[in-house]
Amino acid sequence: MMLPWLILIPWIGGLLCWQVGTRSPNLPRWIATISMAVVLMLVLLLWMGGDYSLSGLPEAQPVWQQEFRAPWIESFGVSFHLGVDGLSVVMLLLAASLGLASVVCSWREVQHNPGVFYLNLLWNLGATLGVFLALDLFLFFCFWEMMLVPIFFLIALWGYNPPQDKGRIHAANQFFIFAQTSGLLLLFSIIGLVLAHYHETSVLSFDYDVLRTTKLTLLAEWILMLGFFIPFAVKLPVFPLHAWLPDAHAHAPTAGSVDIAGILIKTGAYALLRFTLPLFPRASQAFAPIAMTLGLAGIYYGAILACVQDDVKRLVAYINVSSMGFVLIALYAANTLALQGAVLQMLAHALSSGALFILFGQLYERLHTRDLRDMGGLWSRLSFLPGAALFFALASLSLPGTGNFVSEFLILLGVYKTAPMVAVAAAGSLVLAVVYSLRLVQLAFFGPPHDKYPEVLVNPNVRELAMAGTFVVLLLALGLSPQPLLDLPLASLTRIHHTLVSATALVPPWPASVPVP
Amino acid sequence: MLNLQQWMALLPLILCSLTALSIMLAIPRQRRYYNVAAVMTAGGLSPVVLAIAKRRHYNVISVITGAGLGLALLSLIPVWTVTPLSIGPLFVVDPFAHLMMAVLLLTALACLTLSRTYFRHYARNREEFFLLFSLAVTGAMTLVCSRHLASLFIGLELLALPVYGMVTYNVHERSALEAGIKYLILGAASSAFMLFGMALLYALSGSLSFGGIAPLFEGTLPPSMLAMVALVMILVAVAFKLSLAPFHLWTPDVYQGAPAPVTTFLATVTKVAIIAVFVRFLIETHVFELPALKPVLSLLAILSILAGNLLALGQRNIKRILGYSSIAHVGYLLAAVVAATPQGLEATIMYLFAYVMTALGSFGVVSIMSSSESSDRDAHGLQDYRGLFWRYPFLALVMANAMLSLTGTPLSVGFIGKFQVAIATVGEGLWGLVAAQIVGSAIGVYYCLRVMITLFLPVPGMSIFVMPHRWRQQTSGLMLLGLSIIMLVVGIWPQPLIHLIQEARVVVLP
Repeated sequence: MMLPWLILIPWIGGLLCWQVGTRSPNLPRWIATISMAVVLMLVLLLWMGGDYSLSGLPEAQPVWQQEFRAPWIESFGVSFHLGVDGLSVVMLLLAASLGLASVVCSWREVQHNPGVFYLNLLWNLGATLGVFLALDLFLFFCFWEMMLVPIFFLIALWGYNPPQDKGRIHAANQFFIFAQTSGLLLLFSIIGLVLAHYHETSVLSFDYDVLRTTKLTLLAEWILMLGFFIPFAVKLPVFPLHAWLPDAHAHAPTAGSVDIAGILIKTGAYALLRFTLPLFPRASQAFAPIAMTLGLAGIYYGAILACVQDDVKRLVAYINVSSMGFVLIALYAANTLALQGAVLQMLAHALSSGALFILFGQLYERLHTRDLRDMGGLWSRLSFLPGAALFFALASLSLPGTGNFVSEFLILLGVYKTAPMVAVAAAGSLVLAVVYSLRLVQLAFFGPPHDKYPEVLVNPNVRELAMAGTFVVLLLALGLSPQPLLDLPLASLTRIHHTLVSATALVPPWPASVPVP
Repeated sequence: MLNLQQWMALLPLILCSLTALSIMLAIPRQRRYYNVAAVMTAGGLSPVVLAIAKRRHYNVISVITGAGLGLALLSLIPVWTVTPLSIGPLFVVDPFAHLMMAVLLLTALACLTLSRTYFRHYARNREEFFLLFSLAVTGAMTLVCSRHLASLFIGLELLALPVYGMVTYNVHERSALEAGIKYLILGAASSAFMLFGMALLYALSGSLSFGGIAPLFEGTLPPSMLAMVALVMILVAVAFKLSLAPFHLWTPDVYQGAPAPVTTFLATVTKVAIIAVFVRFLIETHVFELPALKPVLSLLAILSILAGNLLALGQRNIKRILGYSSIAHVGYLLAAVVAATPQGLEATIMYLFAYVMTALGSFGVVSIMSSSESSDRDAHGLQDYRGLFWRYPFLALVMANAMLSLTGTPLSVGFIGKFQVAIATVGEGLWGLVAAQIVGSAIGVYYCLRVMITLFLPVPGMSIFVMPHRWRQQTSGLMLLGLSIIMLVVGIWPQPLIHLIQEARVVVLP
């Protein structure tokens, strides 16, 4: 019974924020913070209360730790079906914690209609939690599309208009059109899959567990797999479909950026793992070389462009493109080690880039610029902030000790088993990571101070310190003791891997799970 | 001679015409009409007439119209028990017609509330509008029940002629006159096409009833050349009335020039009635089973979807944007018709529901905004809606809801419609229509977003559209809020509506 509340609490909180927003600007902030804190606590309870170990392997059917099912539209075979396994719990943890962070980080930034702002933010977060919970494809699609509208408003109404630019409304439109069009493709593919299952068995159902057993011809599997790949690739974003991301980041408010980088683009990776790979194992295996090539292209493209950006948020956006390239090659490497690495990469990367967005958001509140050419020498002018930023920049280049190192190491190790050349090529990009991270730190914090700074730069307050500190602790914890979060999704990932391997004889069977030292 | 059951089945139609009659009697000032009214009252025709026949009274007239249509709606409840039933050779009341009558009456009542608010401040004769209105509704009701070319044509003209008058109701405005004349000339031309087609069909089959024409198109042999020509002519007339591309050229001009509630009426009542009779015509004459038909309809649908969405992109006038978008949406509707089978009209009716609710919501907001006393032009520029959310949040939310429904975002009623059409087209393997839907929706998102974001942008200064009275206490405001709630409920929980629609089959009676 807990699962629907994970979605309902943010939504109800959002409506409350909207209604009290006109009376007092502080009330919605507190309501939003409390709702997200409650959600985080529920997710932690879910983690602590459930057993997500490897018991009962290796049957192909997923075992849900908790389920919730209610009838919805019987004529289409649609039910309100939520469920969690280890993989969903990891993603829920991510969404709830970064959701809380995005609420707290916009505390002072948003002065204009905070009630409606938090309405949008919380509805987006609720829908995202729904994406990670939904086990009915119709329901999943509803949540998938409902994430978009609030983000559209966040960018269009509370975003920034950098000079010499088409403006935030353009960016918001671009984001929405990319997402909505690819979403339509997803809708038609879902319907195609459901009808294929209907023709085979005369059972009309949108349920994930039912549709997993569909027998498709290879051609149909290819077509539907592409229909399930492209929308998720747009979200991830995979190299040729990434155009919306830098624009969206550059114009979004800080909370929007944290939300997009930390949660939204991770839904793409989650959906690939949850739906595309297990539903279409044969076509996915055959598609793997192409997907890996796209992933490599994204890694290098993002890294190279990140090296030449002057707008901090665009820079971090291209870092996103690059790290999600790693996730993509890991997903298609088809072994448990790489999949574990991919999940950890999502967590670590969400934390490091989310923190960078928050820190540079705080700098923006002080300097009113995000242009690296207008910064410099801040190390001597501000306490703590530059140091924290240095830490997260180093995390972005995967310094050992941070979660990013563990995840990239696992990914490269896993990919090396299946596609050694891809792993070698991907490893080369780590050099570029050093370049963009150090350039960011160098230009922003060292060198002579810029002469246009305000007289007084306020040192960070308790809220800002606490946020940055929490992120540092979390990232170090991931780096120094990743085992709990590697074990949590292991059963789900092994099942996915098992499906992939058993569906095709072409691929040699890898060991079901590789123990992590 | 009709028996009691058949009279009962015709009750909604009769009540509609009685409404028109009562208004006709209630409007004039002169004493002699008063006497006529008294006589008719004595005849038991219309008891309220006597009390109000003495003088013009805007409120009374509008209430009579509402009461008449409401009574007709109520009379549908007993009618349900006698369906399906044929009434002579002209009419049939089957579950499909029954549902369509209900939709028509509800939509007409909604349009009525909008008109009532809109014409409240109109300086010249206001009451005749309701006469034209109720006549047009009678025509629409005739159409959905007809199964004979004669009743079809009478219904069509009874619907079209008052609408010409309604479009030009602001006779002192050039754009309204232009719109009316354009609509009149093109409408007359399309009627001529339809008549010619009917004449050919009659010459070939010797019958005017749908069932009598059917032998022309039945069997394995392809129908004669002349029959196909007749069919094409009727198709042209229908395409014009539905404003399908390439017969859509009149639509944006007429939508822009007509008073906002009349635009609402054109976009909803007219479209419902014509789609309903068209579907019945296709099924009962067995034209639906012609292999040549579906490619032609598919082509019309694809053209409308693409043309409507593309042309809406460059517009800055909200009535034109909505006009073009209605072209596209009738295209989606036609896609559903193509994918339908005589037994499976669910997708068509569902999309019709979604379209009607969305059009009522969006045009309704335009209409309420245009009813403002402080300006005598309609609120049709996009800039008139800038920052509406910060001034009238609920009105803006109604509009935003309608826009989301137009784009087909989940949990809006538009999504349920789109979903059903998608299932139907994918199920039938109509890949051209599938592609057109994806491309069309992608384009459509853009202009819907532009309208939607305009509603939420910061207010630039004072707008000229200020609502002096509290709009939520007007019937039209209540109607819009209720409509939005229904749209949300249906979007979230469509199961009851789907059950209702599954009941509504076309029954072919001898």
